[in-house]
Amino acid sequence: MFKSLMTWVDDRFPATKMWNEHLAEYYAPKNFNFWYFFGSLALLVLVIQIISGIFLTMHYKPDGAVAFASVEYIMRDVPYGWLIRYIHSTGATAFFVVVYLHMFRGLMYGSFKKPRELVWLFGMFIYLALMAEAFMGYLLPWGQMSFWGAQVIISLFGALPIIGEPLTLWIRGDFVISDATLNRFFALHVIALPIVLLGLVVAHIIALHEVGSNNPEGIEIKKNKDENGIPLDGIPFHPYYSVKDIVGVIVFLMFFSLVLFFAPEGGGYLLEHANFIPSDPLKTPEHIAPVWYFTPFYAILRAVPDKLMGVIAMGAAIIVLFLLPWIDQCKVKSVRYRGLSFKILLAVFVISFIALGRLGMLPATPFLTLLSQIFSVLYFGFFIALYFTSKNEKTKPVPERITK
Amino acid sequence: MTTDGADLAKRRFLTNTTAVIGAVGAGFVAVPFLSSWAPSERAKTAGAPVEVDISKLAEGQLLTVEWRGKPVWLIKRTEQNLKDLPTLDDSLRDPASENDQQPAYAQNPTRSIKPGLVVMVGICTHLGCSPTYRPDMGAADLGGADWKGGFFCPCHGSKFDLAGRVYQGVPAPLNLEVPPHFYKSDRTILVGEDGGQA
Repeated sequence: MFKSLMTWVDDRFPATKMWNEHLAEYYAPKNFNFWYFFGSLALLVLVIQIISGIFLTMHYKPDGAVAFASVEYIMRDVPYGWLIRYIHSTGATAFFVVVYLHMFRGLMYGSFKKPRELVWLFGMFIYLALMAEAFMGYLLPWGQMSFWGAQVIISLFGALPIIGEPLTLWIRGDFVISDATLNRFFALHVIALPIVLLGLVVAHIIALHEVGSNNPEGIEIKKNKDENGIPLDGIPFHPYYSVKDIVGVIVFLMFFSLVLFFAPEGGGYLLEHANFIPSDPLKTPEHIAPVWYFTPFYAILRAVPDKLMGVIAMGAAIIVLFLLPWIDQCKVKSVRYRGLSFKILLAVFVISFIALGRLGMLPATPFLTLLSQIFSVLYFGFFIALYFTSKNEKTKPVPERITK
Repeated sequence: MTTDGADLAKRRFLTNTTAVIGAVGAGFVAVPFLSSWAPSERAKTAGAPVEVDISKLAEGQLLTVEWRGKPVWLIKRTEQNLKDLPTLDDSLRDPASENDQQPAYAQNPTRSIKPGLVVMVGICTHLGCSPTYRPDMGAADLGGADWKGGFFCPCHGSKFDLAGRVYQGVPAPLNLEVPPHFYKSDRTILVGEDGGQA
């Protein structure tokens, strides 16, 4: 019965073919470790965000006069509204946690290298779209941080010569952040960017499944195939990794629930205190800082004592990541077989990124600004040093087959 | 597609011209959508001038009014403040207000029509935060004895003097903006229009 139904469908739509290509007969290397959870977890968080987001739009009002009150209404009066909102706000943080770990995995095991440059580029565009999505979403509660955070970020575009001022006016649709800005950010946050994100995720996965997954050894499993053309060191994604990923999902949901139920505001780091005050265009909060996932770039912006150069440095900090497949010229992929220089550089990069992230949350005192400047130099230094050292790096021999 | 006896050059020409015309059409269609993001007529008319009664303003007091949704400050400076202004010139970026941040009638040492009272848009020229009014002379956190009163932006640490002139070595590039304004009488100022003086 089911079989004949599937035959009927398959004659009209490639359901079985797609299932096999992407799951049952997609051969992934047999040596994935826990770092490989974060891709599928990112997909899970995307689903969580879309579902919780749809339900929030049923109660939220994107109107400057009532937006703040409608969020309070969700929190106090809508049955389980608090839960749905906290799922969405915790999900935003969770998204960046898993995406940063996912990106670090790629950096560490050389997953961005040939032939996976497009997988990396699609991934970077996802990251960019995600930042835009998070930024616009943060305006919607219409609190003090929403307002002044958006004011600062939109003013960044004003640093551009000539077109800067008209451009900020065009983005805001008013002389200041106002109802017009809120309304269009809502449209972008709930319709435009989610569509872009979904399209990019599909492209990311199709590109990955075309070239095949990398692994902690950095060995190309497609080089050793059996007589049926199946990689000798590969196992079908389903059921092996689909089942393994369930373990990751459960552990992830444990951490997610801990934050969701016990610390949804994250001590002011996930939902900032000033955002519980309605937006006031006449008064800036004492200390404004972006949410944690933007602070590394924000620290770079503040480290430069010139408006335009600061904006350029911040943009460059993101753009340089796109260029990674061409900056790193080492043929060996995985950190396990790379030289000492790469290991040191990678450690310096991770430390600078975390330090900048912390510094971006703190007020800009002269000493902390100096620290931000040092770590900004180290951040860019990673890419420059990598470009020059990677070509002649002293690497270890990479095995032919995956043995461990 | 068959190419037997086809005029390939002609086919290519038609394909290209169709693509170009299509792109031009798409460009025209984009105009109304992109234009819809510009400030609406309602947003533009909301920028109407604001009349402010200054008769009750005490020395050293700062009055905030809203104009075009932005904070506009009116500050009555003391005799001492006005004496201090020229002494700061060496530590400022643009002491003579040469950048176009004020109407011509406010391009003077006090950046105001009448020396005592200054009118400024209370938005930092760095990234748009609203600086804090710090008239307390010699404030320890703002440079001690050298601080003659002024404004401090909490967002990124920019400093301005009591004429809204920006200090050197801070992220803000320009002096605070002086909006168009004029004295309707001795007691009232109209912010947002310059009464034909410009």
